[in-house]
Amino acid sequence: MNHCVGHTQKEEEVMLSRIGVASFEDLLEQIPKDQRLKKTLDLPFPLSESELKGLFNKLSRKNYDAAVVPSFLGAGYYDHDHPAAVGHMIQRSEFATAYTPYQAEVSQGTLASIFEFQTAICELTGLDVANASLYDGGSACGEALWMALGETRRNKILVSEGLNPCWRRVVETYLGTPGVVLETLPSLKGRVDPAELKSAITSDVAAVLVQHPNVYGLLEETGALGEVVQGTGAHLVASVDPVSLALLEPPGSWGATTAIGEGQSLAISPSYGGPAIGFMATRSSMMRRMPGRIVAEATDTRGQRGFVLTLQTREQHIRRAKATSNICTNSNLVALAMLISLSLMGPVGLREMAELSLRKAWRARERLLKIPGVTAPFAGPFFREFLLELPRDAEEVVLEIYRREGILAGVPGARLWKDHPNRLLVAVTEKRTDDEVEQYAAALEGVLAS
Amino acid sequence: MNVELIFEKSRKDHRGHSFPKDGGDKPALDDLIPERHRRSKPPRLPEVTESEVVRHYIKLSALNFHVDKGMYPLGSCTMKYNPKVHEDLANINRFAGLHPCAPVELCQGTLEMLYRFSEEMSHIMGMDALSLQPSAGAQGEMLGMKLVAAYHKDRGLNKKTVLIPDSAHGTNPASVAVAGFTPVEIPSGPDGRINLEATREKINDETAAIIITNPNTLGIFERDMPTIARWIHEVDGLVYMDGANLNALVGWTRPGDLGADIVHINLHKTFSTPHGGGGPGAGPIGVKAGLIPFLPIPGVIREGAGYALDWNRPKSVGKIHPFMGNVGVILRAWAYMRTLGAEGLAAISRAAIVNANYLLHLVKEDYSPARPGPCMHEFVITPRIPKEKGLRNTDVAKRLLDFGFYAPTVSFPLIVHEALMVEPTESERQDTLERYAAVLKQIAKEAVETPQTLKDAPTETPVGRLDEAAAARRLKLRWEPEDAGETA
Repeated sequence: MNHCVGHTQKEEEVMLSRIGVASFEDLLEQIPKDQRLKKTLDLPFPLSESELKGLFNKLSRKNYDAAVVPSFLGAGYYDHDHPAAVGHMIQRSEFATAYTPYQAEVSQGTLASIFEFQTAICELTGLDVANASLYDGGSACGEALWMALGETRRNKILVSEGLNPCWRRVVETYLGTPGVVLETLPSLKGRVDPAELKSAITSDVAAVLVQHPNVYGLLEETGALGEVVQGTGAHLVASVDPVSLALLEPPGSWGATTAIGEGQSLAISPSYGGPAIGFMATRSSMMRRMPGRIVAEATDTRGQRGFVLTLQTREQHIRRAKATSNICTNSNLVALAMLISLSLMGPVGLREMAELSLRKAWRARERLLKIPGVTAPFAGPFFREFLLELPRDAEEVVLEIYRREGILAGVPGARLWKDHPNRLLVAVTEKRTDDEVEQYAAALEGVLAS
Repeated sequence: MNVELIFEKSRKDHRGHSFPKDGGDKPALDDLIPERHRRSKPPRLPEVTESEVVRHYIKLSALNFHVDKGMYPLGSCTMKYNPKVHEDLANINRFAGLHPCAPVELCQGTLEMLYRFSEEMSHIMGMDALSLQPSAGAQGEMLGMKLVAAYHKDRGLNKKTVLIPDSAHGTNPASVAVAGFTPVEIPSGPDGRINLEATREKINDETAAIIITNPNTLGIFERDMPTIARWIHEVDGLVYMDGANLNALVGWTRPGDLGADIVHINLHKTFSTPHGGGGPGAGPIGVKAGLIPFLPIPGVIREGAGYALDWNRPKSVGKIHPFMGNVGVILRAWAYMRTLGAEGLAAISRAAIVNANYLLHLVKEDYSPARPGPCMHEFVITPRIPKEKGLRNTDVAKRLLDFGFYAPTVSFPLIVHEALMVEPTESERQDTLERYAAVLKQIAKEAVETPQTLKDAPTETPVGRLDEAAAARRLKLRWEPEDAGETA
């Protein structure tokens, strides 16, 4: 027997004899012989715990060291500071090794924290109700659009060109069923033109999906877009950045029906893209269309306040084929990390983080644009992230800057757009210093001059 | 005790975290964000010191039952123990800190891990390739159904229906529906297995696929799966296997050898990654060769001495995850596979089967097994309580909580009235199983002699039984500042 099995061979023999079978083979009779493996699987030799650590440590050395490499990468995942207490809390067995809180009486820790999370998301977005979280920002877009399609019974979706292409691809897969039409709202100057939106909204449009700040980091003219959508019967779905909401008017104030977003940068390390956390908030009228878990306040037999999963008739385990979504789980532990992070920062801390990031991003942009050959495709107010156009392939430049200075200069255009290999998307968080920006600029200058 | 919320601990101007001071005050924020975009009222987030935050969440955590505390025999969910070393490995900074858009040349360790995981898992499943993108079993099912649709469309076939047994998880019909297919239910026979005759009748040219959970949700092995697969393949359909119950099979048989064309693997079940109170998990899918062209992009491939991302799949269904899937979860699962090896994995399934049968043997005197005979890794029972006592399976479940055990899955599968679905997993010791059985025996006795004990349960938990019906009528889904003082 091995270290993951709760009994010895001898104990197994005792159990088998009490069951009344001669050997394990008798229990295995359930699987016809010709359906069983003929020989043992061909897998690498098992490793002890110390050998396992050796393997992973050795492998990890083939990755860059995020602890010391200054990162200007963004596109949805940002290098913000995570308070140390967050990691300590989410690693606790009580949170990490619990299951979905179906038995409320012994799951109040999970349920109360989801209720707190829902409250925090409502506060950030300025909307009425939130769910317990979704897998990530991309699938959250897909789920929000399903809601709009179901509610309006229309079949067309308009997606702004400024939606993060990594999420756009997920949206295309989610909505890739016969009868659903997906159209792109162009952003010629980096933003959706409200006049263009006006002419694009026809009576078959179920939802308009706008990201703000958009993938270029720019602020969309949300007020004007909200006015255009109002009264058309279409939903306005806002893909938002939770850090930016410390400074920016929340989607609930500019007419969004549903807001979704990615919370990774406020919660946990990126882990090469997952796990992440999608959040969602919407208006009360859409509550019963929301996907996933929702927690409500309840009272127990002793008259005390507690919390329970609610509105479960929306969900797949009750409604099956007629459920609002097929989603079963949420991204609970990451949601908890985001909640604890927000609690530690509070409204003032979150604002400081957002302000610092924006100021530093603005200064970095000014500095980088002084370099000969570096231009900015778009102008106007932005948040934390901006787009540059380089005179050559950005992927090569990024690698060269890394080799010279050990800095990750940004996301190369090729990673996001088919026809813009020279674009470079640069994100700056509060963690970046003026010295790092100066080093980066000098390296970029050197690479472009060579 | 009333459960207190972090918002209720807020005190004006308290703070729990510090940020660097910015040397300059340039530019002024008002110059950067035009007034029309500026937030007029700050979000009302809690204002608390770090020590208060930590105390609050420690206090909340103490209200949770969890695997590290005791047996969690939740059928269909395989709540096995999660080895601690996996957490240390996942937190290695050079894995955890990786940004998904960093150059692939700088992420070779992670790419190699993903590649090796795929190779080994494909072999374990008897499949030809894997997609790592799905974040959960349900998302794996959805992706699977998208693959089914793409496969038939590519062959110019117009197929509309997907067959699903009546004992299936709710995610199956829901995933079929969101992918644009119509689910068609097939009944189970008296032995709990798929009814062969009824299935044969329902298979026709419109059949796009069948979804089979094997072992099924009754814990019974679907030994006719190869036959059914042959019939489905005869009409150009595909066989999707729901891998929720793979913990009974790993190392003994392979979905691919049973006729499955697609299978999803819940890494948080069979491969021991922590459930996190409801995610994040991971539900990668394995496919047979004919479906590889339709898999999501990018794939991880070998290139020269290293690894690269392959975006060149013209027939791909696209993406189901913005990046590569829940890599942090996959890492833990790979560590688990590497620590067990082939014989270790087979030993796990074997122990899970032995434990389930032993527990079934211990409880079947007081609880009726839903179906006769031995089980695989889980079983379904119903309480034998005289009707006039007015008790339900829920009452048994709630009473179990008083004894420091988690309850089985309640009222599932739907085809069993008053079901309790028990999955002890291989982690549990013989004496723990015996204690659990003894408690179940005592509860059966209480049901007859002192039924009120069950109706009042639980009494030993932080809160008593909660009124879900009243909560659904009142629907309070968030804390409001005006609630302050209301619960003092």
